[in-house]
Parts: sequence; structure tokens; C-alpha cells
Amino acid sequence: MQKKLDRKRLAEKIVHGIFLILGLVTVGCVLLITVYLVVSGIPAISKIGIFDFLFGTTWDSTAAEPSFGILPFILTSIYGTAGAILIGVPIGFLTAVYLAKVAPTKIKSLVGGAVSLLAGIPSVVYGLVGMLVLVPTIRSIFNVPDGASLLAAIAVLAVMILPSIIKVSMTALEAVPKEYEDASLALGATQTETYFRVSVPAAKSGIAASVVLGVGRAIGEAMAVMMVSGNVANMPSLFRSVRFLTTAVASEMSYSAGLQRQALFSIALVLFLFIMLINAALSFFLKRGDGHE
Amino acid sequence: MSRRKAYGVIIRGLMYLAAGLTTALVLFMVGYVLINGIPHITWELLSTKPSYLNDTIGILPDILNTVYIVIATLFIVLPIGVGAAIYLTEYAQNKKLVGIIEYAAETLSGIPSIIYGLVGMLFFLKFLGLKTSLIAGAMTLVIMNLPTIMRTTQESLKAVPQSYREGAFGLGAGKWRVIRTVVLPGSVDGIVTGCILAVGRILGESAALLFTAGFAHALNGFFEGLTSSGATLTVALYFYAKEQGEFGVAFAIAAILMLLTLIINLAASLVSRCFMRRNKK
Repeated sequence: MQKKLDRKRLAEKIVHGIFLILGLVTVGCVLLITVYLVVSGIPAISKIGIFDFLFGTTWDSTAAEPSFGILPFILTSIYGTAGAILIGVPIGFLTAVYLAKVAPTKIKSLVGGAVSLLAGIPSVVYGLVGMLVLVPTIRSIFNVPDGASLLAAIAVLAVMILPSIIKVSMTALEAVPKEYEDASLALGATQTETYFRVSVPAAKSGIAASVVLGVGRAIGEAMAVMMVSGNVANMPSLFRSVRFLTTAVASEMSYSAGLQRQALFSIALVLFLFIMLINAALSFFLKRGDGHE
Repeated sequence: MSRRKAYGVIIRGLMYLAAGLTTALVLFMVGYVLINGIPHITWELLSTKPSYLNDTIGILPDILNTVYIVIATLFIVLPIGVGAAIYLTEYAQNKKLVGIIEYAAETLSGIPSIIYGLVGMLFFLKFLGLKTSLIAGAMTLVIMNLPTIMRTTQESLKAVPQSYREGAFGLGAGKWRVIRTVVLPGSVDGIVTGCILAVGRILGESAALLFTAGFAHALNGFFEGLTSSGATLTVALYFYAKEQGEFGVAFAIAAILMLLTLIINLAASLVSRCFMRRNKK
């Protein structure tokens, strides 16, 4: 009897151990990614020199005397993301308020479904539509030689971040206690005033989180941007062909070797640092939102 | 008073405008892709592989590769993700450890796919010595989808009433037995939802697969396919559109992907509605 119990206890311990290991896989993956990016990203930076690498304005990796300055990529990524946020956030935010507060149930579920669909469309499909609709349109409207430009990338990114902004903002707005709104209405505020001066401030952490999430999506997107931005390592300008941090990695990886390849890893490391900053900001806003409610 | 009124009208108008714009964007994307893509979907395209001799393009290999990679990824990610969720909700006592694991999962879901592709290439190809193959791609996708499966499973594990567990413990069952017979069956909905979301993500992924799974169009069986390089539908779309200028084929693939996305979204909402009804009972 005692022996049987012991065996049972041992078996339970083993099962516990297995689940612990499965739980730690995630942590292992994060460590693996971090270590690999740091270890493979450092050599090129130290060879090129951190200042020349980060603030060099020319990227010419295949020249006889190659130069590896990634400032154009960094600035393009920042401008592209800022542009997408500038366009996407107002639209997404207003849509979220409408869906969370104003829309009748039926419209809410229909438009909500449509927004989920937008989130599910693969990025290459956005790229394809951007390539064939947006790029020619930009070329003819603004009368530029090639429509594949920063502007096209900004437009595609603005659409792609809409679902994250709408969904996360909606969740935050829906969590605002009904009593706040009732009190405001009872004090004589109109519905719109209530939504924008009571509900929105109460949900501001969640809305901020949605914006940060959008920033993360935009800065990390590779394929759609690759298809519409022309992919030349220029300093960013609205109608010029540009290259992002993500597309810089993707476009040369298949044929690179030596220092050029190591430099690509370093670009990925820079991108990773941006993402870690954004993640930290995101969890800060989400935690503050939890504490608030 | 009139300024208040004007403010209300303007804000309201802007809200309608934004919501209308969003809806119009969705309708345009779906409509444009389907209208341009469906005429190009022919039986010949779906059932053959590309042939240089006849100068024809077929996407059967890409369809099969997509199916293979979905199966392989789910097969690996499900046990790990569900197991991790079980550990977090059923076993873990140490709050700090739970915090670390959850933070790691959050971090993973924020990392862009191009970085997964790069690390997948460095680790699975360079370090483990696999060749560019569907299985290397699938393992990269496992890491990407781990947080999704974990989160949805965890949510539904938390929804299983504590009294069920106590009842089973009271009858003398051990912890593992309680999990196997009481807790897991009660959380099928989360696992199914997680699977659907993961399938959607795998179907749409391309950047992570470029350097890990490659872009060959050979017709293979399941196990043969896993160990050889192959393009999924999204990767094939990218190459036909960007490298070869075959927009007809690209649109056909885009339309197929769009239809699959529609189906997956419907399935996800059906599953959640179905389980919500069951939970109410």
C-alpha cells in the first residue's frame, strides 16, 4: 500500500516537472532570440564602429569599398511609423468610440467582424493591392516618376495598424464603468460630450496601449512594405524610394556574405532594441490601465 | 449653447466618417482581391505544378506545402502551449515565475516576424544543421504561435470552476488525473480557438518563412515535403508578384488567401458563440 502511494507521488512529481519544463519553453525562446541577436549583431557593429554604423548616411554594401551606415533605415522606419500613426490613430480611435459607444448592436457586430477580417488579411495581400492600386495612383496624382515610395508605405501601414488600434481601444472603452457615463449624462452633458470627456479619459491607458501596439506593428512589418516602398537605401523623403529596417534585413539576406551579412544581423539587433522599448512601454500602459480600474 | 451643439455635430460626423472609412476599406480590400483573383483560379492552376517546358504555372505544390506546414506547426506547438498554460494555471505556486513566463509570452507576441525568420535561420539552419526546409519553417512558426495557444488555453482554464477541481480532489483523484479528466475537457473551447487563430497566422506568414522554409515549388508527399524546401501560398504570392510580375497568379493566390481568411474568421466567431451558449447552460 505504502509502495503504491510512493509510486503515485513520484508519478505526480514527474508530471509536475514536465509541465514546468513546457512552461519554461517560452522563457527559453525569448533568451534564445535575445542571445542570438546580440551575439551575431555585435561583431559587425564593432568592426564598422558604432557611430559610423548608426549615424552613417550611406548604405552601399556591395561596393568595392562598402559603407554600412544605417541612418537612412532608422529614419525611414521612424518616419514611416510616425506617418502611419498620424493617419491611422485618428481614424481607428474615432471608429473605436463609435463602435464601443454609439453603434447599434447589429452594426457593431458587422463592422467589428469586418475589422477582425482586416486583421486577418496576410501582409503580402496588402502588399499586392498596394503595389497595383496605391503605387500607380500616387504616381499619377503627384506626378512623380515612381509611386513606390515612403508615402505608399505609410498608407499601407496606416491600414494595417487599424485593427489593433480599434480592437484594443474598444476593449478599454467598453470597460469604463457605466456609472461614470450615467453621472455625466445626469449632470446635463450631451452624449458626445460624455463619450469624449468622460469615457475616453477614463480609458486613456488602454487607448495609449493601442497606439503603442500600432507602433510595434508598423515598425515590424516587412513584406507589405517591401512590395510598395521601392527598396532603395535613400534618406527618407515622402516621394522617394526608401528602405526600412525590416526590409533592409529581408532584401539582402539571400545573397549576402561576410561583413555584409553580419551587418544585416546588426540591423536586426537595432530593430529588436526598438521593439523591446515598445514592449516595455506597452506593458507599462497596460499595467497602469489595470491599476486604474 | 450653439457652440456645444456644433461641437456635438462635428464630432459625431467625424465618428461616422471614420467608421464609414474603415468599413469601406474592408469592403474595397475584399472586393478588389476577389474580383481580380477569382477569374484566374482555374482547375489547371490548382492541380498542377509549375512547368518550364509548357510555360505554365500551377500552385498545387504551394497549397500542399501550406497544409503540411500548418499540420507540422500545430502538432508541435499544441502540446507545448497547452502544457505551459496548464503549468501556469494549475501547478505554478511561485508568483515571480508566473510573471516571468507571462512576460516572456508577451515579449514573443511583440517580436516582428522578420526577426523570427532571422533567428530561425541562425538557430535551426546554422546551429542545428537542418537544411532550408518546411520543418525548419514550422519550428520557427512554433515559437511565433506559442503565445497565442498559451493565452487562449489559459483563459479557458481559468474559466473552469474551482468547484469542479475540488469535487474531483475530494473523490481522491490525483492532480494529473484531475487535469486530464476534468480540467482539460472543460477548456476545449480555448484550445480550439487558439488553433484557429494559429492557423490564420500561419496562413498569412511570409517573412519568417523566406529564410527558413525557402521557396521551391516541388510536388512532395508529407514527410518528404517536410524535409525539403518549399514555398507556402503567401511566399509564392510574394515571388509571383514581386520577382516575376505574374499578377494573375498572384491575384488568384490572394483570392484564395482572402477566402481562407473569411472562413477562419467565421469559424472563430462560430466556435466562440457555440461555446458561450454551452457555458451558459
